[in-house]
Amino acid sequence: MLLRHTTSEIKERGALTINPAKTCQPIGAMYAALGIHGCMPHSHGSQGCCAYHRSTLTRHYKDPVLAATSSFTEGASVFGGQANLLAAIDNLFTIYDPEVIAIHTTCLSETIGDDVGQIIGKAKETGKIPAGKDVFYASTPSYVGSHVVGFSNMVKSMADYFSAEKSPKTGSVNIIPGWIEPADIRELKRIVASAGLDAIMFPDTSGVFDGPLTGKYAFYPGGGVSAEQLRKTSGSEATLSLGTAASVAAAKVLDNKWQVPYENLDLPIGISAMDRFVTALQQSTGKRVSEDILLERGQLLDLMSDMHQYFYGKRVALWGDPDQLVALTEFLADLDMRPVYIVTGTPGRAFEKRIEKALNGRVPEVKVKQGANADMFLMHQWIKNESVDLLLGNTYGKYISRDENIPFVRHGFPILDRIGHQYFSTVGYKGGVRLMEQILTALLDQKDRLSPEESFELVL
Amino acid sequence: MSVNKKIDKAAVREELIENYPRKVARKRAKQILVNEKIDDDEENIEVKEIYANVRTTPGIITQRGCSYAGCKGVVLGPTRDIVNITHGPIGCGFYSWLTRRNQTRPESDTDENFMTYCFSTDMQDQEIIFGGEKKLRQAIQEAYDLFHPKSIAVFSTCPVGLIGDDVHAVCREMGETLGITCFGFSCEGYKGVSQSAGHHIANNQLFKHVIGKNDEPDEGKFRINLLGEYNIGGDAFVIDEILKKAGITITSTMSGNSTIKAFEKAHTTDLNCVMCHRSINYVADMIEKKYGVPWIKVNFIGAKATAKSMRKIAEYFEDEELMKQVDEVIREEMVEVEKVRKEVYEKCKGKTAMLFVGGSRAHHYQELFSEIGMKTVAAGYEFAHRDDYEGRRVLPSIKIDADSRNIEELTVTADPERYAPRVDEEKAKRLSAKGYDFKDYEGMMPDMDKDALVIDDISQHETEKLLEIYKPDIFCAGIKEKYIVQKSGIPCKQLHSYDYGGPYAGFKGAINFYREIDRMVNATVWKLIQAPWEKAASPTLEASFIEG
Repeated sequence: MLLRHTTSEIKERGALTINPAKTCQPIGAMYAALGIHGCMPHSHGSQGCCAYHRSTLTRHYKDPVLAATSSFTEGASVFGGQANLLAAIDNLFTIYDPEVIAIHTTCLSETIGDDVGQIIGKAKETGKIPAGKDVFYASTPSYVGSHVVGFSNMVKSMADYFSAEKSPKTGSVNIIPGWIEPADIRELKRIVASAGLDAIMFPDTSGVFDGPLTGKYAFYPGGGVSAEQLRKTSGSEATLSLGTAASVAAAKVLDNKWQVPYENLDLPIGISAMDRFVTALQQSTGKRVSEDILLERGQLLDLMSDMHQYFYGKRVALWGDPDQLVALTEFLADLDMRPVYIVTGTPGRAFEKRIEKALNGRVPEVKVKQGANADMFLMHQWIKNESVDLLLGNTYGKYISRDENIPFVRHGFPILDRIGHQYFSTVGYKGGVRLMEQILTALLDQKDRLSPEESFELVL
Repeated sequence: MSVNKKIDKAAVREELIENYPRKVARKRAKQILVNEKIDDDEENIEVKEIYANVRTTPGIITQRGCSYAGCKGVVLGPTRDIVNITHGPIGCGFYSWLTRRNQTRPESDTDENFMTYCFSTDMQDQEIIFGGEKKLRQAIQEAYDLFHPKSIAVFSTCPVGLIGDDVHAVCREMGETLGITCFGFSCEGYKGVSQSAGHHIANNQLFKHVIGKNDEPDEGKFRINLLGEYNIGGDAFVIDEILKKAGITITSTMSGNSTIKAFEKAHTTDLNCVMCHRSINYVADMIEKKYGVPWIKVNFIGAKATAKSMRKIAEYFEDEELMKQVDEVIREEMVEVEKVRKEVYEKCKGKTAMLFVGGSRAHHYQELFSEIGMKTVAAGYEFAHRDDYEGRRVLPSIKIDADSRNIEELTVTADPERYAPRVDEEKAKRLSAKGYDFKDYEGMMPDMDKDALVIDDISQHETEKLLEIYKPDIFCAGIKEKYIVQKSGIPCKQLHSYDYGGPYAGFKGAINFYREIDRMVNATVWKLIQAPWEKAASPTLEASFIEG
């Protein structure tokens, strides 16, 4: 057994987190910043943070992830990181010529109290920022929230910094898609275009982590939202933010500053959440839902009915990030499955309420936990007490899956042990099909493996 | 590229730094050398001085990580029976959770193995403000109540040092209360200039708190420790197997497939064999001073190097039977090695490699490449010191700067009761007459060709330039560099994680590596990058593809 020390006896813990269902803010900030075209994320801290974040993102995407660091030493930690950050800004513009530098802080620079805004001001004064280039920052202390909060903070800073001035009206809509995969963004763009809507999507990681092999390495990949587009967000008609945890903070900034009204929706994963997204698009355009989208909805429903016998009543444990979990929970319940254990390390009571709403009383036995000590160890203990039929979450679930012999579908961040997932979207009606197909394959593979010979079926 | 392609190395060096701001260029110039052998005496090759183990320039985009990564991630991570608690915000513990591929093989199904777990105090803002000692104490108690481990170790992350938590006092107190070994590591990420500081901190604490706790020696006529072998992809298993076959017993491996039980009696062995000089020479030195166990440098990467190292160990014990047994194992193993090597040699000879990684691998892996006829045209370490480049002879001339001075240097003296020199004067003379070297590492540069490029702490910019100018057939680095290199159409072999393959140590490992490099440099995918319509448009390119 790989997790041989995990037993069914649950002891209250107040200090020790074991096998976390979250990581720290800066990696989320780095990920979000990479969704800006020509942007160099910069980690203001010691160089291990940057190395860890780049490594984790690279292992997830199997694609280049470039970011820089202030490389704090003990001296910088005592005297402050201003000299390091000024040098870094100068070096980055001289050597790598980015359009934008997006700085995020770390537990180190936050603890010593570096004022990054002031340091950027100083860089500007001393001519270290070339004309036409942008440098902005987000405060992302690792000891608050989680990677999702870091993502949200960076997106919020993005919205704030680039909307310094009111843009003329553009007739566009802002879409803040949240922490989703490049393929999800491509799919959202297709859906939005088919609704006849002109949208600015930010951050946009399509074309960033799914780059082609051409033999010529492009230091700044082709994708990402441009600074120019970001400057227009204040002139949009409205903002659709997808995900309360990852996206709504940025939408609020544009509303407060420039009265761009926003609507906050769940990530459009699964049929109900996607229905709400389509409704919102339809309301903004006043047009009928396109034939393409109607067809896709019908296809999803068709498969839901075809697969229903295998899904019905199946117990699922899921872990990961709030916005994904809320949408997935609702989808699983729509499939008449039973999402019974739901865990996120990202703190916030709102999460429990959102799950309650998504389930709407359909799974009264559900156990939900968020925040401190809401970890995969506890979830595993719940499973030890009463098992489940399916695990749904990031790569770390493979240890529980193997020990407990439970089918496992990888979803969320990070996926470190499978390649190509960034090419397959799970948003929209088509994404629902993909998810259902993955779940069914996992369940039926297990059934085929475990069936006695006499009931091993050719046709299922 | 072909080996014979003429490249002006001095000009390359200039090109690598020409875009840098002046101050940066000046510093980098001292870290980029064209290899030269000043004194090419067989016995005593003197090379140029390189600037190494110095601060990384902010914003330059480095490969390097931090002290915590070196301490918790590298040295202590692979020990399965310690509950390793990261004291700090959640990230550091999360990123070092199972990502380094240190294989471990518990003796039974019920034997302790905590390596699959991540333990963290998940520090919050209230602890940053009011201190985290209380939470740490409670976390240790909770870990003990759940798992009853023999040992708990605590690793400090950046904010811990800044807010002044005394992890050592908490560990001491909890160790006494619980009656277990509980010890802390002040390996905050800002210590030193790279992972290397963390190795040193880890070595110090292992030496202070663990080694020497059990004087009961293992059975076995020829006993050694294997130091600086982390069992990535099962390397230590392979080494263990061939040594066992020859009659040599490993008391303790630091720290691949290791247990704290084995560390406790590391001082009872008769010879320390150092694989990764950079990460662990400190422990070897300290064990020698306190207990009288000498150390030698070994290398099990490469078939020839493996044979040489096995013979070096056997020679130390001065036992004819052992020598014979070792020769027998080598003879047996080399049959298959030679068969595969010859086959791969034909497909790889004349191709070029670059290695920029770690603190010893950039040197060791050159052996494997040369065995299949490939030439290393440029190499460098991520976090090594001058002695790893130029050899230990330069140790007295290394200036201790402010960043190194911050890392504790233990003063070690001979143990009044347990110091037992394993090599007496007579034996020392005998061995020395045969040219046997203790405590010696000649470094990477003397082994490299004249005119090869040597670059310390290579940057992203320099990596790109090198790829562009040299177009090597393979580049070796880590996960952060891998896909950047491959997007250029050049295969990149990860030498930290082995790309999830291996083992590459010993004879079996050499076979695996030959085949892996053959697979990578001769993969069809690289030849398909240019679309047929592009080929038609540029006939010269097509011709060069056929030749290549």
